[in-house]
Amino acid sequence: MKTLKFLIEKEFKQMFRNPLIPRLIVLFPTMVLLVFPWAVSFEIKNIRVDVVDHSKSVYSKRLTDKIAASQYFILHDTPPDYNAAMLNMENDETDMIVEIPASFDVDLVKRRESGVGVAVNSVNGTQGLLGSNYVMQIVNDFSSELRGELTQTLPPQTRVSFMRLKKMNIVPQYKYNPALDYKKFMIPGFMVLLLTILCGILPALNIVMEKENGTINQINVTPISKMNFILAKLIPYWAVGLVVMIISITLSFLIYGLWPGGGVVAVLISSIVFILSVSGLGIIISNYSETMQQASFLVMFFILILVLLGGMFTPVSSMPAWAQAIAAINPFNYLTTAFRMLYLNGSSLADVSGNLLALGAIAVVLNGWAVFSYKKRG
Amino acid sequence: MIEVKDLHKSYGRQGKVNALNSISFTVDDGEIFGVIGPDGAGKSSLFRILASLILPDSGSAIMNGHDVVKDYRKIRQIIGYMPGRFSLYQDLSVEENLVFFATLFNTTVEENYHLIKDIYQQIEPFKKRRAGALSGGMKQKLALSCALIHKPEILILDEPTTGVDPVSRKEFWDMLGRLKEQGITILVSTAYMDEASRCDRIALIREGEFIGSDTPQGIIDDYPEILWAVEGTGMSALLGELRAHDKVKSSFAFGDKIHITVEKSLQTEELKRYLANKKFNDVRIAPIAPTVEDCFMALTS
Repeated sequence: MKTLKFLIEKEFKQMFRNPLIPRLIVLFPTMVLLVFPWAVSFEIKNIRVDVVDHSKSVYSKRLTDKIAASQYFILHDTPPDYNAAMLNMENDETDMIVEIPASFDVDLVKRRESGVGVAVNSVNGTQGLLGSNYVMQIVNDFSSELRGELTQTLPPQTRVSFMRLKKMNIVPQYKYNPALDYKKFMIPGFMVLLLTILCGILPALNIVMEKENGTINQINVTPISKMNFILAKLIPYWAVGLVVMIISITLSFLIYGLWPGGGVVAVLISSIVFILSVSGLGIIISNYSETMQQASFLVMFFILILVLLGGMFTPVSSMPAWAQAIAAINPFNYLTTAFRMLYLNGSSLADVSGNLLALGAIAVVLNGWAVFSYKKRG
Repeated sequence: MIEVKDLHKSYGRQGKVNALNSISFTVDDGEIFGVIGPDGAGKSSLFRILASLILPDSGSAIMNGHDVVKDYRKIRQIIGYMPGRFSLYQDLSVEENLVFFATLFNTTVEENYHLIKDIYQQIEPFKKRRAGALSGGMKQKLALSCALIHKPEILILDEPTTGVDPVSRKEFWDMLGRLKEQGITILVSTAYMDEASRCDRIALIREGEFIGSDTPQGIIDDYPEILWAVEGTGMSALLGELRAHDKVKSSFAFGDKIHITVEKSLQTEELKRYLANKKFNDVRIAPIAPTVEDCFMALTS
C-alpha cells in the first residue's frame, strides 16, 4: 500500500512535469465542450437556393419570400429558367433549385392544388435529404395558409361544406429534446469520448513509454508487483477523468443549460464503471505494443471503432446486423446510451442498470484478457 | 556465488536465432567476473536471464542459492541490475530517482549511503538536475548508485562503460574495485578487451558460446602462438603483404600497429628483408606479449 502510494506520487510528479499533458488535460475538455458541439451538428443551415419562378404571380412571390425568410435557406438567385439554375448548381453557387410552374396561381385558385419542382445537390446526402424536407415543410405551411385565405373566395354554400370538412393537422411533439437541439444530443457523447481518451488511451501510452525508454526493465528488477505498477499508472488518470467529468457537467450546465435529469451521482457512477472497462482496453493495447508508434496506431484503430460503431453520431439500430453485433460489445455504446438516458430522458440509475451491467461484464472480460496477455517475462 | 549450468536461449520463430548456447560457469563470492565479447555475442541475453527479466529455454542459474526462474522474487531483492541502456526516469531529478528506487526496495538512501557515498558524492552537486540532462559519465554514476541503493549481494552490470570517455571508464572500474572490497559479487560485461585485466576472472563469449574462461593472466598464459608487432607506414598495403607471406599465420591491425602470429621457423630479419623487397624500408618488427584481445582473436580464428 505504501509502495502504491509512492508510485502514484511519482506518476503525478511526472504528469505535471510533462510540458504538454497538464495543458492538454485542461484544453481538451474545453475544446470538446465549447467548440465541438457547435461544429459537429447534423442541422443543415444556410442552404443556398435558386428559385425559378415561371409563374411570376402574387402567390409565387409569396412562396419565394417565405423560402428566403427561412433560417435554413439563403436565396441565392432567381434565374429565368431551369437550365440557368442548373448551371449555377454545377458551378457550386447554389445547392438547391425550386421550380414554380407557370400555372401555379391558376392551379391554386381553380383546382386548389399545385406543385413545385425541387432539385437538390445530394453530394452531401444529409443536406439533400434535409433540404428537400425543409422545402416540403415550407410549401405545406404555405398551402395551409392559402387554404384559409382561399376559403373566403368560395361561394357561400360550398364554403360551408368546405369548412365542414375535417381539417387534418399533424402536430409533432419532440419529446425529451423539445427544441430539437442537436448539441444536447451530442454533448453526452462527447463526455464519453473524453473519458475514453483520458482513462483508456493516456495510461496505455504511458505504460508503452516506459517500455520504449527501457525504464520498465529497471522497474521489473525491483520487488514491486505488476499489479501495483499498473494500478499506479491507472489511478492518476482515473482521478483526472472524474475531475474532468465534474468540470464537464458544470460547463455543460452553465453554457448549454444541460443538467442530468437522472442526477449527477448516477452520471459519475456510470462513468466509474465505464472507466474500469476502457482501462482494461488500454492495458491490452499496451501489452501488445513495444513502441509508441505501434501503440498510437492501435489507439487510432480502436478509437474509430469505439466512436463510429458506438452510436455517438448515428443510431446503432440503423446499422447492419454485423455492426450491431460489434456495438453490442462496445463499451462506448453502453455509456453513450446511458448518458443520453440520464441527461435527456431523465432516467434514473435503475433505468440504466442494464447498460451498467453490460459495461461491468465488458470490464471483467477486458481486464481478464489484460491480465492474461501480460507477460511478466519474455 | 553464481552457478550457471548449460543455459540455452534462442529467439525468433522455431528458435532460429541462437543467442546462448550451452553456457556454464561459476562466480565466487566477492569476485569481479567479466564477460567479454563483441556486440551481439549474447552478453545482454545472458545478463537479462540472470536478472530474471527473461526466461531461459533450458538450463539453470542459481544466484546465492536462489533459482532465477523459480525464486525470481527473491532474486530481485538480492541483485542490483544496471542495463546497457540508461533506464532511469529522465524527467525525475537525480535525487528523486535515487529516493524512488530506495523506496521501491523498502529502504532509505540514508541507510545505505555508505555504499554509494564514493560514487554519489561526485554527482551530488547536481542532485536537483533532471537525470535526462546529465552527461554520459554522470548518468552511469547515477545508474550505479540506483542499482546499489538496496545493498545488493550481486551486482549485474551490462556494458556499463559503453559510450563513456576513457577517464570516466577508469574511474568506474576503480569504483567496482572498492565495491568488491565490500564483499559484493560483480558480474560485468564489456566489449572493451582492455578492461579485462580489471576483472578477477573473465569469460570470452562469441556467438552465444564461451570460448575460454580463466583469470586474465591464465588466458594470456594459454596463448599458443608467437606474436609480433609490426610498425610502419602504409598500414593497409603492409597488411596485404604480411597476409601474402607463407609463414605469417594471421595478421590484424591493432591501432597503429599490426599484430601477426608466425611459424616458429620465421626470423624477424627474414621478414624484414621480405618487406624491404616490397619497398617497405622503415619497418620495425618486435616480439610482444599477447593481450586479452590477441587471445580473443586467436580463439575465434
